[in-house]
Amino acid sequence: MTKNNDTISKRKFMEELYRYKRGSVTRRHFLGVTGLGTATAVLAGAMPALRPRRAFAQGDIGDRVVLATWPNYHDPANFDAFTEATGAHVQVNVFGSNEEMLAKLQAGGSGWDVFVPTNYTITTYVGEDLIEALDSSLMPNYDPAAYDPRFSDAGSVDGTLYAVPKNWGTTGYAVNTNHLDGREMTTWKDFWDITMDAYSGRTMVHDYQLTTIGNALKYFGYSFNSVDPNELAEAEKLLLDAKPHLFAISSDYQPPMLNGDAWLTMCWTGDGKQLNTDMPEIAYVLGKEGGEIWSDYYAVPKGAPHRDAAYALINFLLAPEVNAKEVLAHGYPSADANTNALLPEELLNDPILYPAQELLDALEFGAAATLTDPNRAELLARFKSA
Amino acid sequence: MTQRGRNLVLLAPAGAWFLVMLVVPLTVVLIFSFGERGAAGGYVPAFTLDQYANLPARWTAFKNTLILAPVGTLAALLIAYPLAYFLAVRADPKWKTLLLVLVIVPFWTSILIRSYAWIFILGGRGIPALLDWIGIGGVRLINTPFSVLVGIAYGYLPLMVFPIFVNLDRLDKRLLEASSDLGAPPWRTFLQVTLPMSLPGVATGCLLVFILLMGEFLIPALLGGGKVFFVGNALVDLFLQSRNWAFGSAVAATLVAIMLVTVTAYMRLIRRLGAQREDVSLM
Repeated sequence: MTKNNDTISKRKFMEELYRYKRGSVTRRHFLGVTGLGTATAVLAGAMPALRPRRAFAQGDIGDRVVLATWPNYHDPANFDAFTEATGAHVQVNVFGSNEEMLAKLQAGGSGWDVFVPTNYTITTYVGEDLIEALDSSLMPNYDPAAYDPRFSDAGSVDGTLYAVPKNWGTTGYAVNTNHLDGREMTTWKDFWDITMDAYSGRTMVHDYQLTTIGNALKYFGYSFNSVDPNELAEAEKLLLDAKPHLFAISSDYQPPMLNGDAWLTMCWTGDGKQLNTDMPEIAYVLGKEGGEIWSDYYAVPKGAPHRDAAYALINFLLAPEVNAKEVLAHGYPSADANTNALLPEELLNDPILYPAQELLDALEFGAAATLTDPNRAELLARFKSA
Repeated sequence: MTQRGRNLVLLAPAGAWFLVMLVVPLTVVLIFSFGERGAAGGYVPAFTLDQYANLPARWTAFKNTLILAPVGTLAALLIAYPLAYFLAVRADPKWKTLLLVLVIVPFWTSILIRSYAWIFILGGRGIPALLDWIGIGGVRLINTPFSVLVGIAYGYLPLMVFPIFVNLDRLDKRLLEASSDLGAPPWRTFLQVTLPMSLPGVATGCLLVFILLMGEFLIPALLGGGKVFFVGNALVDLFLQSRNWAFGSAVAATLVAIMLVTVTAYMRLIRRLGAQREDVSLM
């Protein structure tokens, strides 16, 4: 891209925008629901700096590709490099939850070329005929043998490849240890107990039924995925008891954790890493009882308007040298051995990204039935309106 | 072209807009509300009253909304009226335009960004830190019903200020002088002349704010920390999270029905008050 000597160049503005997004405006739910994600996408679309400057690549794969993904989940420099190489500009739509992505695709006319579903949604997309079977010959960078099968299995349904692994991670909690006064936090029981005691008014839970209900179930040692009415009733009682002690029900937990309003929050790997980097007194904890482990994938929706560009983008992002930059930028581990070979040793030994084996062994992948269970959805509505 | 034909042509764009943007979507909502949720979410055609029978499951959301909307409207009115009065009656005409622009300027920024600003003002490092500094410790403002009310009064202020301002601005100042000449003290002039004459503006402002507040979801989500749940939030969750479009449509249809009833009753009341005033002035 050419140098631009405006007082603040358009390119610089975009960089600043991304920096702002990385630093303060965060995670899933908030962005999607409020439409800021869409607003950002529209803004990005309107910023000429991110449009292709070169004419030569036009007509190969088209001039753009639309990506539906999660906040703080990419290295913007990689998108610039993709545009540079192919002439296709990457338009990013940021989403709040898998449910929201599913709702958008069910409603039709999403206009997406690539999206980033989580493991437990893929069978639903296949069942609803919303997702395209992938042609791996169009993604030469995808090397299935290099992936840890735990994080790539869910991409195939009945032997057909529908999605390729992006990153994996865990759902634990982040705790500001300054206020612990020597207490140790190691379990989900600790999480809920301290919420209703010393940390009253300082705890955040996700605005997301899967994790909030799942981690309440863990208090009693039940499965994260339970849809058993009696077990759910116990989890509901715990949630209702804890509600008066909560600071917020929101998945946008980085700002309150950073300014000290919140001391404890349910948290995903990458946010845990980012919080710990910004404030070392914030620790990331996985409950000993277990909890969620997840894997995100790249997939192409049926009827993607820029199908060629979709494959080109996935192929580009799967190249180990590009993928390694992604991991360095967002702090979510990759399951690709080729990518990990390029990452610094200290990152591969980071206990936030790669927790101890006995902690990992206790974790469960979310199940498709958990996502679509109407009783869990109603439980969360009762919790929020109580 | 006949007069009638011309009328039809002129009405066509508005009619088409009305049909496509209001009648069709509302019909779809109504049809969906009698359907069922699909196994993986969405909508399956059916004819059942189950969704309406399930409405009590969102009773709290309706209750919160029916409390918030009037209280929020009143809060906006209490702040907006003195401001509008000052702008229209007291402000130096030289500065009037500038002051009006200052009222509008915040509207140039998205309500989202402005609500975010309030998160920091009311958050632990904002006003509570200031209070702590002067010796009042332990104050929590953010994520309380109070912070939601602040956000609402702030966000909807211009909508309330302008109708009242326009009304007061057109007020014939000679009436105030007449009242004064006839021996009325200022408070009496205000109560018997200014206030009644500004009631149409107050009524319009309240209606605008009230209708928008009934569907509000952003301010409670941001400034209430997601713990304050209104019908708007219930709808967002039903359509985007649990994807129960049938039940969501029933909730939406019920909200529209409640609004129709309250707004109609409100308009009737205002009209009757207006008519009474006419009688008084004739006497």
